[in-house]
Amino acid sequence: MQEHDLSFVRAEMVASQAPPVAEHGLVPWLRKNMFANVVDTIFSLLGIALVFMIVPPLVQWAFINAQWTGSDRTACATLAQGGLQPDGWSGACWAFVDAKFQQFMFGRYPSAERWRVYLTGFLFVALLVPMLVPRVPRKGLNALLLFVIFPVVGFFLLSGGAFGLKPVATPLWGGLMVTLVLAYVGISVSLPLGILLALGRRSHMPVVKLVCVVFIETMRGVPLITILFMASVMLPLFLPPGTSFDKLLRALIGVALFASAYMAEVIRGGLQAIPKGQYEGADALGLSYWKKTNLIVLPQAIKLVIPGIVNTFIGLFKDTSLVYIIGMFDLLGAVRQNFSDANWASPQTPITGLVFAGFVFWLFCFGMSRYSIFMERRLDTGHKR
Amino acid sequence: MATQQTIAEGAAPRVPLLYDPRVRGIAYQILVFVGLFAFVYWIIGNTTANLQRANIASGFGFLQGRAGFDIGDSLVAYSSDSTYGRALYVGFLNTLRVAILGIITATIVGFVIGIGRLSKNWLINRICLVYVEVFRNIPPLLVIFFWYFGVLSVLPLPRDSIELPFGSYLNSRGFYFPKFLWGEGAGLIALALGLALVFIWFVRRWAAKRQAATGDRFPVLWTSLGLLIGLPLLAFVVTGFPLSFQFPALSTFNLQGGIQVRPEFLSLYLALSFYTAAFIAEIVRAGVLGVSHGQSEAAHALGLRNRPTLRLVVIPQALRIIIPPLTSQYLNLTKNSSLAVAIGYPDLVATGGTTLNQTGQAIEIVAIWLIVYLGLSLATAAFMNWYNARKALVER
Repeated sequence: MQEHDLSFVRAEMVASQAPPVAEHGLVPWLRKNMFANVVDTIFSLLGIALVFMIVPPLVQWAFINAQWTGSDRTACATLAQGGLQPDGWSGACWAFVDAKFQQFMFGRYPSAERWRVYLTGFLFVALLVPMLVPRVPRKGLNALLLFVIFPVVGFFLLSGGAFGLKPVATPLWGGLMVTLVLAYVGISVSLPLGILLALGRRSHMPVVKLVCVVFIETMRGVPLITILFMASVMLPLFLPPGTSFDKLLRALIGVALFASAYMAEVIRGGLQAIPKGQYEGADALGLSYWKKTNLIVLPQAIKLVIPGIVNTFIGLFKDTSLVYIIGMFDLLGAVRQNFSDANWASPQTPITGLVFAGFVFWLFCFGMSRYSIFMERRLDTGHKR
Repeated sequence: MATQQTIAEGAAPRVPLLYDPRVRGIAYQILVFVGLFAFVYWIIGNTTANLQRANIASGFGFLQGRAGFDIGDSLVAYSSDSTYGRALYVGFLNTLRVAILGIITATIVGFVIGIGRLSKNWLINRICLVYVEVFRNIPPLLVIFFWYFGVLSVLPLPRDSIELPFGSYLNSRGFYFPKFLWGEGAGLIALALGLALVFIWFVRRWAAKRQAATGDRFPVLWTSLGLLIGLPLLAFVVTGFPLSFQFPALSTFNLQGGIQVRPEFLSLYLALSFYTAAFIAEIVRAGVLGVSHGQSEAAHALGLRNRPTLRLVVIPQALRIIIPPLTSQYLNLTKNSSLAVAIGYPDLVATGGTTLNQTGQAIEIVAIWLIVYLGLSLATAAFMNWYNARKALVER
């Protein structure tokens, strides 16, 4: 062994230096992310121009020029239109939304009974939040309460007619309340029904398979409006003469069946992605068909298609607005209905109402999509490549 | 082997009939079939009873009856004296018109936004993200209302129309633009266009062959563009400019002449295009991101530059991922065009709805809807499947 002279080896670390000036701070970031080359610069300038064209007028319209208070149309109409605003004024008429807020939320639900809607809403939130937060235990009990007990309680609370509650007929329901009822029922019916349809479509029994395929493809092949028309016009024809059928219930059936067909296709995608070995493994363990499905296949399949399921939920939520066309007043319908209120007719009223409704829909849908991204990350076990 | 077989043969009959999967399967199916049959029988019985009570004759005879309602927007001759069948046909053409134009626009906007989402430019990326997140999360009906009630119906009356370039106008009755009046010899221009297309096809084939044989490349794109623009232009000059315009002009109450695009159509078309474009943008983004990074790295390693890498390696593979969901978006747009009924654009559902209200022929009208929309869905799906099969990965 030769002896080395190690005296040139440094014993302590060099003090770390700041990164080169050209690498951090606002200007280098801008240079890297917005002005990297000529084309990039042109696009950035165009983008800046676009933002300046859209954002300041929007802020001006929605906040600075907006009319926040007022009791009738004069607050939101210009002098030429018989109002109080100067000519050429253009701003959001939030006074309209403020005046009609109760109607946008509850429709024509009697004001003395609205505490029932509040109570139902409170129960729903109180059950939903622990369901959504993964850390809260007792999910089984929670699901039982949310999907079995709550609908019964909610039904009696909202429609009344029992336990000394005054009956409130469904034509009086409206606004966001109807949107949420439709979405809740649609979601809680379409998921199990969709799973059954998907399993049926993958079944080895030709008759069952055929029935499921025909149902799914017919529902997916036609617009929701025709299904709703069918539910509102043809369901009464299909039932024994003399039976009357609640309009809201007809819409509910239409929406739920429509959504379940889409749900079935999403779930089928998940079922197809499960390796054959899983099925064979379950068979080798001697599990029955339903045990195999419930314990082995579905938990994996549903986890795979959570984004698709939530997308279907979002689609369903947006589709509930179509019930306006068959004469029911959900949130969008209630807003639309109030355009014709002579007391508030002004050029700014429709657009303000629509922006408000759009914002409410957006909040719900965006919330759902964020939650699905969160769940997807959480459930990602790293097996996916 | 032999002993195993004897055991298997000996074991088979011991399974009780109740637990035999085959017997069970058949029993379930018979059960389903009988249940379904009974259900349908019950429905048909109820329906006939109901129809008899309401005095409605079933059958498609009503299509020959006089419609008696007017349709604002029609591509073919129609008056209130026309038949119900004609009214439904007009509605069907209107559905097709808005669907086709909407699909074209949505595809263009969607691809632009989708590529913008992939841009390294922070600002462009964010703008496209905002667009997608806004339009994906609000109902299409609301977008339609927004255009119809919020934008188009508050435009000025015809006498204070907003003037736009090229002699077009915008007012609360819609968008007006000059009508093209083709004169003598205009057929030659169309002929030249057709000829140009044929030439392009031959040039492409020849250029591909030559490149395969010699490796020399030929500027196909520029030649094609030159042919496509040059030949019709030449024909245009030779025939002596056989084109004149009929400009819309202001009369007492309305604009006369030119072509009018009604606000109903305009709002439906704009709303469907912008709404669907948000979904197409996400599909495009997912498709391009779905092509594995190794592919473009390999292309660069082979010495291809950025543009050819995109054109020859990334885009063909991305299209494979994009096409199937794109098809379903096209179908969604077509089906969403039925929202026309909410603003009074006379599409198939709207004219059908009016007919239904007047005649009470619910079953027949719904059957027509089902057949038409299912037919459109199947036709689009068939076309896209054919295209997909051409683009699909050919594996051993």
